[in-house]
Amino acid sequence: MGRNRVSLEICEACAEAVKLADVDVIAAYPITPQTHIVETLSAMVADGILDAEYINVESEHSAMSCCIGSSAAGARSFTATAAQGLALMSEMLFIASGLRLPIVMALVTRTLSAPLSIWGDHSDVMSVRDCGWITVFAENGQEVFDFTLQGFRIAEDERVLFPFMVCLDGFHLSHVIEPVELISEEEARDFLPIYRPRYRLHPNEPISMGCFAMPEYFMEIKKRQDEELKASYDVIIEVWEEWEKRFGRSYAPLVTYQTEDAEAIILIAGSYAGTARLAVDDMRKKGLKVGLASLKLWRPFPLRDIREILGRTEVVVVVDRALSVGGAGGPMACEVRSAFHGESPSPKVVSFVAGLSGRDILRSDFEEMVQRALSHAEKGELPYYEMFGVRE
Amino acid sequence: MADLPSWRTIDHACIVSQPGNASEYLTGDWRSRRPVLDREKCVRCGRCWMFCPEPAIIVDEGGEYSFDYRYCKGCGICARECPYDAIDLVEECEDGQE
Repeated sequence: MGRNRVSLEICEACAEAVKLADVDVIAAYPITPQTHIVETLSAMVADGILDAEYINVESEHSAMSCCIGSSAAGARSFTATAAQGLALMSEMLFIASGLRLPIVMALVTRTLSAPLSIWGDHSDVMSVRDCGWITVFAENGQEVFDFTLQGFRIAEDERVLFPFMVCLDGFHLSHVIEPVELISEEEARDFLPIYRPRYRLHPNEPISMGCFAMPEYFMEIKKRQDEELKASYDVIIEVWEEWEKRFGRSYAPLVTYQTEDAEAIILIAGSYAGTARLAVDDMRKKGLKVGLASLKLWRPFPLRDIREILGRTEVVVVVDRALSVGGAGGPMACEVRSAFHGESPSPKVVSFVAGLSGRDILRSDFEEMVQRALSHAEKGELPYYEMFGVRE
Repeated sequence: MADLPSWRTIDHACIVSQPGNASEYLTGDWRSRRPVLDREKCVRCGRCWMFCPEPAIIVDEGGEYSFDYRYCKGCGICARECPYDAIDLVEECEDGQE
């Protein structure tokens, strides 16, 4: 293709995408493992490579508050965070969505304390599952770069106007150097037009945002938010199709591997889909009909894709990297079960919670989970969920 | 609530694009007790007007005080603040009569 293929740390690839998006405001507070993104952006602004306001704030709550203010004024705004930082800004995440502000954020997924840990899992993103952001999971550096740029385009679309969160796994992605195909500034400008907000705070045309709503209005406003977040699905697909035409890389809410004849399908989000793909090859060599679905789109929840792709198989092995403490299963597994409730035929959904706080999930672990799931399904004994790889 | 907008037509993100429209919202039906003025005791000091959190105290051209029941929430601050005990709070009845 003759494209500009370079080796980049994935945090830097994310920063490159933000630079190509020509953002107006970056408000950020450093936190491991996200720091390299905002550090790189800070250097770009200081060196005059990127013409943006870089606002050093005193907390993540302020970072998101800043982005809400700047986005409300019509500025293209970006921030990045992880784990405790996300928890601290969680109040403002709901507000950013409720105000329908197209902020883009990179979430470098990391485990929530306690115990204190800097390693990766999805406990942070799952804790804000209901905040009303479009949420995607990247599997590698290229996807981080692509999703970040696509994020601005999708978020700012008049038919969407929702904030957009790109999840990339802490360390397994953030700190890894990978080859990434960049696009040129001209291509980026062509793909991502100047943001023209439907509403913005401007002294010449005063409006109020974030108003109080009485109970007789509140539910209608939330219903509209819910319907429009679901409707953003079509725009996401449209932008992904355009991206493929322009740059040759295709995306889907669930990217599948060997699922056509699969009797069991592993469902996982994020970087471990790469390991799972190798595990599928191992199992296929042994004659096991196993496939993989790598979940890219988490919100809006791709209900139709889940039913179409996973509904064709006998057993779905959901591997969640988050624990709903005292709950009924991994967060993804619970929603997949919901998707099939009352459906017939319906696959047996087996929920595993694995890879918490950076614990490795090996190829052989995926095989063991599949074997255990098949055995559970055969016996008709389906535990709500199992924490995999825990010492007894 | 039938005359209120549906979810399809309600303002995007609850954005208020028309300034000053709070006056369109009549808060009088929040009231469970209604202030009533004893004109014999009232010395027209204006203390009730100063303390009323709503624009619910009306002063006419002749300096006489009365209440705007479209907005009065019945909070009772006027009655509490009146130095001459000229304002009484009476229960609202279901039919709107005292």
